[in-house]
Amino acid sequence: MMKLLDPTSEIQAAAREALPRPKSLAGKRVAMLDISKPRGDVFLDRLEQRLRRLDIETKRYQKPTFARVAPDELLQQIVSECDVVIEALAD
Amino acid sequence: MAAAAPNNKSVIPREFSGFIAVVKQDCATCRLIKGVLAEMAGELDLLLYSQDDPQFPSSIADVRDERELELSYRHDIEIVPTLIRVEAGRESQRLVGWQRDDWRRLTAMPALGDGLPAFSPGCGSKSTEPGMPEKLAYTFGDSPLQARRIAVSGQQDEHELAFERGWTDGLPVVPPTEARVLRMLAGTPRSPADIVGAIPPDNAPCTVEKVAINAVMAGCKPEYLPVVLAAVEAACRDEFCMHGVLATTYFAAPIIIVNGPISERIGMNASHNVLGQGNRANAAIGRALQLVIRNVGGGRPGGVDRATLGQPGKLGFCFAERERDSYWESLAVERGFAPEESTVTLFAGGGVHPIGDQASRAPESLTRSLALSLRTVHHAKDYSGADALLVISPEHMRVFRQAGWSKARFRKELEAQTTVDGRAVMRGAGGIASGMPERLAEASLSKFRPGGLLIAHAGGGAGMWSAVITGWAANGPRGSVPVTVAIRI
Repeated sequence: MMKLLDPTSEIQAAAREALPRPKSLAGKRVAMLDISKPRGDVFLDRLEQRLRRLDIETKRYQKPTFARVAPDELLQQIVSECDVVIEALAD
Repeated sequence: MAAAAPNNKSVIPREFSGFIAVVKQDCATCRLIKGVLAEMAGELDLLLYSQDDPQFPSSIADVRDERELELSYRHDIEIVPTLIRVEAGRESQRLVGWQRDDWRRLTAMPALGDGLPAFSPGCGSKSTEPGMPEKLAYTFGDSPLQARRIAVSGQQDEHELAFERGWTDGLPVVPPTEARVLRMLAGTPRSPADIVGAIPPDNAPCTVEKVAINAVMAGCKPEYLPVVLAAVEAACRDEFCMHGVLATTYFAAPIIIVNGPISERIGMNASHNVLGQGNRANAAIGRALQLVIRNVGGGRPGGVDRATLGQPGKLGFCFAERERDSYWESLAVERGFAPEESTVTLFAGGGVHPIGDQASRAPESLTRSLALSLRTVHHAKDYSGADALLVISPEHMRVFRQAGWSKARFRKELEAQTTVDGRAVMRGAGGIASGMPERLAEASLSKFRPGGLLIAHAGGGAGMWSAVITGWAANGPRGSVPVTVAIRI
């Protein structure tokens, strides 16, 4: 019987389920992540205004460049300081 | 080849003392010495192994069936007939082919082979036939390969299986059998378990073996493997930013430019249709890198690959610089390597945009002409410091050669021709919203990032066409920087 060698990394995890979406933002800390694409800040400024009006705590973060993956330290900082993330992805 | 070296599991009976002969019916010398073997069988302890016909020679009663070739593999039989003297299970001496005096001496039978010619060369052992060493290595050897084996059942088509498992780029691949992968690994002295790098986007550790598997699938020959390994190494460099090149909505793909003596040695194309189809090395090397990114890195269109339109070069884009008759130093030499070094340069680029100029005979005119097209890279009003790869054809190169313009001179003149006043390209200028911010209106703006314009000579001898390949919009330290690495052979 013909046998083929697996060309993949053989380490892909079975699909990971996303955490359930929170029913409400009340009492949650919201990370606002700007990936450094043009006008991402405009989008986040507007959202932040509206969230603050609802008394929801927000915190701003920024990737050094949109072209590269976020540094581990930044990801860890967001995880340790916030409950949910809003990311401004595109320009 | 280290990968397929026989192990030492002897198949000679442990306490046996006497002679072993390995023959095949399909060998004139073996047939010539049939009588010799019968004489020996009558006088000595002889174990006779026949590689193709267990009835040969018919004069001997208990010929051992060696069609599986295990003894031939484990004891490195290269020629038949081979005569081995064995003492207490261990080989003490070996003769290959028929040499009457040597056979007489070894067997201590002074009249052996009377009437036969003194010498007759042997034939190749069946264990050395093409493809056989690799097959025997995994049948009898301890395979050096670690990858998971996937069985193809009798009802399955191996090509369909590769498609179903998502291993292909949309075209069929060569099924990566163990024999093919072992043959591929003969192209490098590196151990199959060596780590080449962490392949984006999953940052999965990638061994030489995994590169070899994907190189087989892409259609590579073993001699291409060092080039593929260098390309994978370059793609794993942080400054190349392969994750971003893959994830972008832009057209970018890793484009491989090969420099140095290896390109001619492995039959790469640097001439007619250099950026097109038809040359196995160009096509397969470029494709192998893309398959590694797909299969090992997990980078797939619609997954992490978010290209809006993409481009055909994403199947694989690889070519060699035409160095043989170039008037200018090569791309690799400009980037700090010696002419006799073989290198791979990886450039995150889009599609091919032609620049035709059939009229310029003076270098000043041709430079302005090329600059006019180069100024449109990304957008004619984008002066944020682009990257691009300019491929100069031989007929355009001739204009510079005849005028004695060095590459440095050309670069200097081109820089002047691709620098503009900010006012001409700011937002709104020309009734076009896109452009540079107003604060740069008084500045003098260069089209290209310092070091961002790569120039290589390639193409067929006729045709006043050059080409520009646009770099990724996210270039330089904030995105991708071209990377050159030496090819280790």
